[in-house]
Amino acid sequence: MATPAALANAGREGPAPRPRTGRNTELLLLVGAVAVAVFGYVEVGVNIDGHAPADAARYGAALGGLALAAHVLVRWRARYADPLLLPTGVLLNGIGLVVIYRLDRATPRSHAAPTQLLWSTLGVALFALVVVLLRDHRWLRRYAYSGALVALVLLVAPIFFPAVYGSRIWITVGSFSIQPGEFAKILLVVFFAAYLATHRDALALTGKQLWKLRLPPGRVLGPILLVWAAFVGVLVLETDLGTSLLYFGIFVVLLYVATARTGWIAIGLLLAAVGVVAVGWLSPHVHGRVDQWLHPLASIGAGQGANQIAQSLFAFAWGGLLGEGLGRGHSILIGFAAKSDFILATVGEELGLVGLLAVFLLYSVLVARGYRTGIALRDPFGRLLAIGLATIIGLQVFVVAGGVLDLIPLTGATLPFVAQGGSSVVTNWIIVALLVRLSDTARRPAPPALEG
Amino acid sequence: MLRRRRRPPGPGTGGSGPQGPPGISTTGRRAGLFCVLLTVLLGVQATRVQFFQAKRYDHNPANQRPAILRYDQPRGPILVGSDPVTGSVPTGGRFDYKRSYPDGPLYAAVTGYSSQIYGNTQLEGTEDALLSGTDSRLAGWALWDALSRHQDPGGQVHTTINKAAQQAAMQGLGNQKGAVAAIEPATGRILALASTPSYDPGSFAGSANADQEAWTKLQADPDQPMLNRALRQTYPPGSTFKVVTAAAALTAGVVTDVNAPTGAPWPYVMPGTTTTLVNDTTACDRPNLDLDTAMTLSCNSVMGYLGVQTGLDKMVATAQKFGFNDARLDTPVRAARSNFDTGMNQSQLALSSIGQFDTAATPLVMAMVAAGVADNGTVMYPQLVDKLTRSDGSTVQLMQPRSYSQAMSPVVAGQVQQLMTDVVDNGTGRNARIDGATVGGKTGTAQHGVDNSGVPYAWFISWAKPSGSTQVPPVAVAVVIADSDATDVTGGGLAAPIARSVMQAVLGGGS
Repeated sequence: MATPAALANAGREGPAPRPRTGRNTELLLLVGAVAVAVFGYVEVGVNIDGHAPADAARYGAALGGLALAAHVLVRWRARYADPLLLPTGVLLNGIGLVVIYRLDRATPRSHAAPTQLLWSTLGVALFALVVVLLRDHRWLRRYAYSGALVALVLLVAPIFFPAVYGSRIWITVGSFSIQPGEFAKILLVVFFAAYLATHRDALALTGKQLWKLRLPPGRVLGPILLVWAAFVGVLVLETDLGTSLLYFGIFVVLLYVATARTGWIAIGLLLAAVGVVAVGWLSPHVHGRVDQWLHPLASIGAGQGANQIAQSLFAFAWGGLLGEGLGRGHSILIGFAAKSDFILATVGEELGLVGLLAVFLLYSVLVARGYRTGIALRDPFGRLLAIGLATIIGLQVFVVAGGVLDLIPLTGATLPFVAQGGSSVVTNWIIVALLVRLSDTARRPAPPALEG
Repeated sequence: MLRRRRRPPGPGTGGSGPQGPPGISTTGRRAGLFCVLLTVLLGVQATRVQFFQAKRYDHNPANQRPAILRYDQPRGPILVGSDPVTGSVPTGGRFDYKRSYPDGPLYAAVTGYSSQIYGNTQLEGTEDALLSGTDSRLAGWALWDALSRHQDPGGQVHTTINKAAQQAAMQGLGNQKGAVAAIEPATGRILALASTPSYDPGSFAGSANADQEAWTKLQADPDQPMLNRALRQTYPPGSTFKVVTAAAALTAGVVTDVNAPTGAPWPYVMPGTTTTLVNDTTACDRPNLDLDTAMTLSCNSVMGYLGVQTGLDKMVATAQKFGFNDARLDTPVRAARSNFDTGMNQSQLALSSIGQFDTAATPLVMAMVAAGVADNGTVMYPQLVDKLTRSDGSTVQLMQPRSYSQAMSPVVAGQVQQLMTDVVDNGTGRNARIDGATVGGKTGTAQHGVDNSGVPYAWFISWAKPSGSTQVPPVAVAVVIADSDATDVTGGGLAAPIARSVMQAVLGGGS
């Protein structure tokens, strides 16, 4: 990754006679990102078969073609966009495809990489659509409420479909399945951003003082609490704890960013604690997860063999500092969900701690550039939207990685861009597209002062 | 990461007034800092798992990776002569290769087993690092190999076993329960190591259900087929121990001329008791017999008396020079400890001197007794491995013959050799005679069980060399039959013929 140079480049901001667009930097980084992914693809083949996969060139061309198409569109319609966003997305998506292809080699009867490539293509297509069609992000603000309604419908829909692995979060038609909750994330953030942008002054400045905390006024807080409760309620019904945690986190972060009220954090944590204890009490599914988090190796002592968390920890530990090398690990021992929820374990085992930290760093780049965009923007809606979108990625990485690393209880959620799962990849590409659009606005040099 | 420090927070764009709460620029930076904190937490946890706690997870018994790694390449072969007696076959399962034994039961007492479920024993166990390729001596560039996680192909273990002798031993034992150990006296190289009933180590080398069933069945077998009787089981050596007693008596000067009267009384009442030490043949029932006659006829009374005359200390010293009381006799497969008590009264010493009481020996140690006599008093350390090589045949380690002890002087050894040849020529060991060869031996029929009710152990120890040869005899052997259907259970009847065919196999130049 050529990030240091890029960072240095991108950091040179401020009034300059000829504004830098950063598009050439982006192109250079894209070439690097595609090269890294192709190199990984070749390494898998060399380590497993002793030679490069026959379709390595085609794979490289496909990924490179997607990246190039996206780049051309950005050059055309968002020429001031942050040059790090697209390459980071391409690199993460490329790493994901390589790791899924590698895991496919261990499961001869189920091949997920071609499907994932297809979904990635769809994701980039939607990226293009957003970048081209969405001229001004403020347009989204108008549809915030209807968006929230759609999101709620999307969330409720899976309840009417059979549970898969203990969670009702999929809509399955034949062999085709989507996770509507993924798309709902974006709509919810748009709603939060719009609502908070409108009411932030009321939320920030009024309300009762209780000891050192200033409580928010019920009138303004009511609707937002209602929406949030509806979402979390639905998710608890679907026993999708990862996503509820994510929504809750985004909600609290955005409330704080909008109002600067530490009271929100206190209330948030209190609500979270109550929620977690209640759900842990009521749901055996969640209760088991907490047990496994506290005692990941207990099932071994009980003679039942290693559970998924233990297998995941074994995989990470086996990778050590430098990793086994792509294709030379045994993370397939994790069993089911090795390609989706637990995909990070393969990264840890085959690329080592070094590779794992590099991936964390890539996510940090996405999150940091999102926050940077949010801080640089001028309109409150755009600011909150950018920060909210970046927070989705940051929190989701934490929830997933923390779960498989046994830092927090495991909750089923997908690692952005990397894990197998079409809905997830498409959603993440839309997030990056929105960030590209927002950063284009943020970095665009001000037109000659005529408006007022 | 966030480069927020470049711009100090403050009256940023879009913030509230100076008196109001901090604006989004400030709160956004703080929230960003929170995201950084989360990433740092992840990094710390990843470092804990992948670095600080990695060893613990790697060695967790439920972690299959060490086993997968171990079986992902063919295991190096164990060779007899130039022929591998083990193989490695692909399984098609998670563990890529498993051990195979083309002639499993024949060499089971030599190789031991290497099982994906039940581990590795005996030679497969002691040489496991070399065979599985993890031995650091196999590596060309140890540091680079460690960094790149390069795995060396398994090395080769060349045994000292003589194929013809091994086959003769197994054929001779047949379906009786017993063991054979044969040694090359001048070097200590183990030529044959046989134990019956035997088993096929390949039957449970894999990790399938069939492997588990085979293992369970072998474990439940009352005949204990997986017990290596040649190395890991001790038996009272009975009269074969009289060779040790004779050597001790001659060394101590209790007897100087094997043909001179020893002064042994008859009947011999053991000191401190009223019990007489009885003989198996009336030919022994005379006082003052000479040592040569006493050995030829295997007279208990004379040898018991001589043991007591020699004294506990000297008897213990001589026995230990032959390998008794050595709990760490590693060939490299460790032999069970053969026992000769170090604290006994005189009647116990008398019984021990004829190989009874608490005296117990492995066939290996009794072969060392015969070999020590044959090698003019020098006992060589028994070794099962000739050399260790890499997969390309280059040498990792070459085993050198090394001396275990000087059990007696060459003069005394010559006298004992004479006693042993007389046993074969004129006495109880006639069944071991070989045309064209000089054979020295000693029979043993050891009582055991409550009131000696068990079927006696039939022993024979011997050595042989071509007639007229002045070289050290090329073979020494010990045979024990622990259980047989035969009606007449004696060392001369059951064990001597087996010893004879093993010696013949070696003398015949069979490879």
